[in-house]
Amino acid sequence: MTNNSLLDLLQEHLGTKLIASEVLFDTLVIEISPSEAYDVIDFIKNDTTLSFNFLTLIGAVHYPEEKGRELCVVYHMHSWKNAIRLRIKSYLSQENPSIKSLTTLFDGANWQERETFDFFGIQFEGHPNMTRILNMDEMDYHPMLKQYHLEDETREDKDDRFFGR
Amino acid sequence: MGKIEDLEVINGEGYQLTTLDKAVALARANSVWPLPFATSCCGIEFMATMGSTYDLSRFGMERMSFTPRQSDLLIVAGTISKKLAPVLKKVYEQMAEPKWVLSVGACASSGGIFDTYSVLQGIDRIIPVDVYVPGCPPRPEQIIDGVMNIHRLVKHEPMRRRYSEEYRHLLGNYEIEVTNADNDK
Repeated sequence: MTNNSLLDLLQEHLGTKLIASEVLFDTLVIEISPSEAYDVIDFIKNDTTLSFNFLTLIGAVHYPEEKGRELCVVYHMHSWKNAIRLRIKSYLSQENPSIKSLTTLFDGANWQERETFDFFGIQFEGHPNMTRILNMDEMDYHPMLKQYHLEDETREDKDDRFFGR
Repeated sequence: MGKIEDLEVINGEGYQLTTLDKAVALARANSVWPLPFATSCCGIEFMATMGSTYDLSRFGMERMSFTPRQSDLLIVAGTISKKLAPVLKKVYEQMAEPKWVLSVGACASSGGIFDTYSVLQGIDRIIPVDVYVPGCPPRPEQIIDGVMNIHRLVKHEPMRRRYSEEYRHLLGNYEIEVTNADNDK
């Protein structure tokens, strides 16, 4: 199966649910609205032809300048049967960053969704334990959002001129 | 090994006198039991320091203690994340007096290159440190030099430093209570 034949199949099955598509770094990328992402992943997992049986990764990206679609949830899917990968993107607004959890489809989504919540503050509806996983529990913000500095704010020994702040 | 000549002694026919403080300090300095708290590449350098080439055991330190209760020297080698900080502090609190801390490498001493939201910017923010070893990572020679400095401190430290006001004040700054201080006064 190639990217082109995969796109044809997806267009046939998903119709208008498929908002946009492109090929980046030899991998097909499709955009799905967050309300339909769960159903689409459910479909491509259980469809016997497509058979995207493996969830490689869940991550997110923050685009602060894109109003109304600041947060992008990215799912990397892998079809072992067809030896092809697929990236699915869903854009959320900063005001209501929530999307349905995939934990009922893939057990492996559990920790990855917690990590995405930890760093981006995205709520995964229906996740059994939506708490921080890597950062310390006392942390009161989501550090990968771009309005926050990456540096430790409490460090005094660094001269701004030399460290590019 | 123990150079009794270094101490102020009175030599007589068949006996030798010195103060108890100095004799105990000498004994302590020559059998420091280290607790390695190694989290990253500095830990690998520390392993080399313990290995046969650099051989830290020749200073009376072959007994690594992997329980804080039976150790004298906490060797922190590596990056300490903020999530790990309370664990390190707990380990320090569990060590029995007298105790010393050696901070190995840039990360343990200052956060090093990890000037980031998740990394503790130097272990001296949570526990008092006696000797800092610079380097990223330091070579075994540097770690040995740091250990020699610890030995120097141990040799010249009064036996009962834990009862002193200064020591209480220092630990108070870190909100750590001096353990056992009133039991065996």
